[in-house]
Amino acid sequence: MPSAEPKIVEDATCTFCGCLCDDMVLTVEGDRITKAKNACVLGKGWFLGHHIEDRPVALVDGKPASLEEAVDRAARILAGARYPTLFGLSDTTCEAQRIAIAIADRIGSCVDTTTSVCHGPSGMALQSVGEVTCSLGEVKNRADFVMFWGSNPAESQPRHWGRYSTMPRGMFVPNGRKDRTVVVVDVRRSKSAPAADLFLQIKPRKDFEALWVLRGLVKGIAFDPQVGDEIGIPLATLEDLVKRMKQCKFGVLFFGMGLPMTRGKHLNVEAALALVRDLNDFTRFYAKPMRGPGNVTGADNVVSWQTGYPFGVSLQRGYPRFNPGEFTTVDTLSRGEADAALIVAADPMANFPQPARDHLARIPYVVLDPKETPTVRKAAVSFTTATYGINTPGTVYRMDDVPIPLRPAFASPFPSDQHVLALLERRIRELQGVPANGSAL
Amino acid sequence: MTETKPGEIFILIPGGTSRHGTSLNEGKFTAAYLEETSTLSMNPGDMARLALKAGDRVRLRTKQGSIELACAAAKPDELPSGLLFLPFGDWTSRLMGTETHGTGMPDSTALDVEVEKV
Repeated sequence: MPSAEPKIVEDATCTFCGCLCDDMVLTVEGDRITKAKNACVLGKGWFLGHHIEDRPVALVDGKPASLEEAVDRAARILAGARYPTLFGLSDTTCEAQRIAIAIADRIGSCVDTTTSVCHGPSGMALQSVGEVTCSLGEVKNRADFVMFWGSNPAESQPRHWGRYSTMPRGMFVPNGRKDRTVVVVDVRRSKSAPAADLFLQIKPRKDFEALWVLRGLVKGIAFDPQVGDEIGIPLATLEDLVKRMKQCKFGVLFFGMGLPMTRGKHLNVEAALALVRDLNDFTRFYAKPMRGPGNVTGADNVVSWQTGYPFGVSLQRGYPRFNPGEFTTVDTLSRGEADAALIVAADPMANFPQPARDHLARIPYVVLDPKETPTVRKAAVSFTTATYGINTPGTVYRMDDVPIPLRPAFASPFPSDQHVLALLERRIRELQGVPANGSAL
Repeated sequence: MTETKPGEIFILIPGGTSRHGTSLNEGKFTAAYLEETSTLSMNPGDMARLALKAGDRVRLRTKQGSIELACAAAKPDELPSGLLFLPFGDWTSRLMGTETHGTGMPDSTALDVEVEKV
């Protein structure tokens, strides 16, 4: 029976967004978190909104089932598939991600994460251009010029500004915000714009053009003022911006979904990364993507360790092949290729294009999620799992690739993703007649 | 007063909001989440020009699909004329195509949509 006395958990980690703030002070009463000191509005919603739900541990074809029955059915679906796909992984621990990839290896599956519909194009751009990078700690201590492009941190990563990038006093920015120039570039005046020193309202689908003009200006190329009309930002403003970027001591460009999601995709991000690289002829300048789900960066890292590539991988031939557009999940579902799926900590039924959702509804799939979602409702097998960071320990990666430990607040009667996946992996091995060496359990 | 001509093209920008994030934690079937992801923000001048008031329903159509939802006025300087904003969710997903141009990412923002008053 849960204790009735309030418990205080210090230095807990919030896993709602990629900031992974690890200074949470949680008040736990029984099986609920009643206070989350230091959490932003999204973090408060995360902690206060995740409690033990009145749901069965598993559902098979919509009916309550035991864990063992569900594992057996799920394993048969996945082991018997010809072209299965693994998708999600962004809201679970690195330890669970590793086992999911082991399953994918066992069954010859595609391995894809929510990165493919987030910063996947950015990942492709990183491979082409490279990333001049730094940690958020370096930004806090050194950055005197901070630009956000296609990003709305005020609503998507609310503590980013206060904890890392614009407000805090740092070793070399002792006056905090006063020592910094903050620029926001976006197609609309979001809630982030009023807090910036400079807000540049760019025309939709003109990011590629704007970034290449900036690259040209950095190199000293003169442009016709008409380019300003094309982009929506006067040329004189762009020239002033470049001057400020060149003259700063430590600049950083944080880019959000506005670049990889719009026309041009990886080409937009390539332009941004190349601009940052060019600026290093004059000063220190860095680029970082703004990440959403708590451990999507962890998924990038783990999938990269295990396969050599960050997303969009096929293990069907027994070795990893990387091909976004071929092995990525929107594509394998939309083209009707996948005949089964394992979905971990993601909700494609809520977020994918309709043809992909229609096909997913036609194939048997297995899902692990703490909450009931549209994806859970149509699954052949669904597991209710404990919430990472609230009920389970583990490792997660902050958006700047720094690993952070989780400090759970209270126990859950539901199994962790890691445990369910380990059971699944063992059962698949049994069905395949493969010895369970070094069981993950 | 001028009404929307069939097929007038706007640009839809899906995105995140604080309320989208907080209601997400409560659940994707809650009234708050459903309302947040199904309320379209429009430039007030565009709304006036199209004889729309807050709560009126509009139909958005792309090559992929169409949705009908209520509209609300954005803050005066938030959205330029011709731009629409809708938090990510089931409604925005219905308008997305499947072409990922070899990246895995479908065109998910800055979508050309036809708008008409329902």
